[in-house]
Amino acid sequence: MTLSDIVALLEAEVLYPDADLDREVPCAFASDMISDILMCTKEPTLLLTGLTNNQVIRLSDMIDLTGIVFVRGKKPLPDVIDMAEERGLPIISTKYTLYRSSGLLFNAGLRSCKI
Amino acid sequence: MAEYWFIADGFEDKVRNFQNRKSEAEVNLEFAIPEKDFNSAGKGSSELKNLLKRLGVDSEILRRIAVASYEAEINVAAHSQGGTMYSAIYDDLIHVRFEDQGPGIADIEQAMVPGFSTANDLVRELGFGAGLGLPNIKKNSDAMHLVSESGSATFLEFIIYFA
Repeated sequence: MTLSDIVALLEAEVLYPDADLDREVPCAFASDMISDILMCTKEPTLLLTGLTNNQVIRLSDMIDLTGIVFVRGKKPLPDVIDMAEERGLPIISTKYTLYRSSGLLFNAGLRSCKI
Repeated sequence: MAEYWFIADGFEDKVRNFQNRKSEAEVNLEFAIPEKDFNSAGKGSSELKNLLKRLGVDSEILRRIAVASYEAEINVAAHSQGGTMYSAIYDDLIHVRFEDQGPGIADIEQAMVPGFSTANDLVRELGFGAGLGLPNIKKNSDAMHLVSESGSATFLEFIIYFA
């Protein structure tokens, strides 16, 4: 599954132009707690979250995130979007909840990341 | 002072050898960690990871070092009156130390229990305070050592081998 497929499934908005949506997404993880997210040290992971502060982008310096899906219609502030763009980290926003977004992706075959 | 030691299975001799080691680190780095500054918190760990990446450290080990270091950096920013992170890079391992200006950990045993947190509302709103900081440091380290008590500075160090 690619990020483009995920944008279509979640009817998501891509948060900066020219984000790399062709990259393959092998697995995903969903949480609103940073230390939970930091358990994903084994493989590149798509993150679904309702957190929009700068530390969510900084997490991608520590672990390998293939992209971030902001749920419940949330969007980070422009300086946080800039941080993602500087890192080449694709970020998208969906109006769906964390539960529904995760369910849609799981049903489409996207597995949980190894922790 | 209360003290907590963790050494992963099979690393006892290696850690003892390290403690008796006379050689200097090849690279030493120092970062200040200001109190409650969540704009810059984590930058020290980002820079450390970038440097280790350039030095060719394996990517999974890199992630373990970065996560342990980031969790400790956030702990200092969130819970103390500020502190410093010191990284010493040797050819076979990294030794990272964190020293803060207090106010210390009242009960280290309890702080090591996954899910236990003393984070305030400000810190929780940012997504911290899961009560997994110290357990995550332990999980990713080959050795970890914590010294603290209520009303004192906290000292935390961890060692991760590159292979």
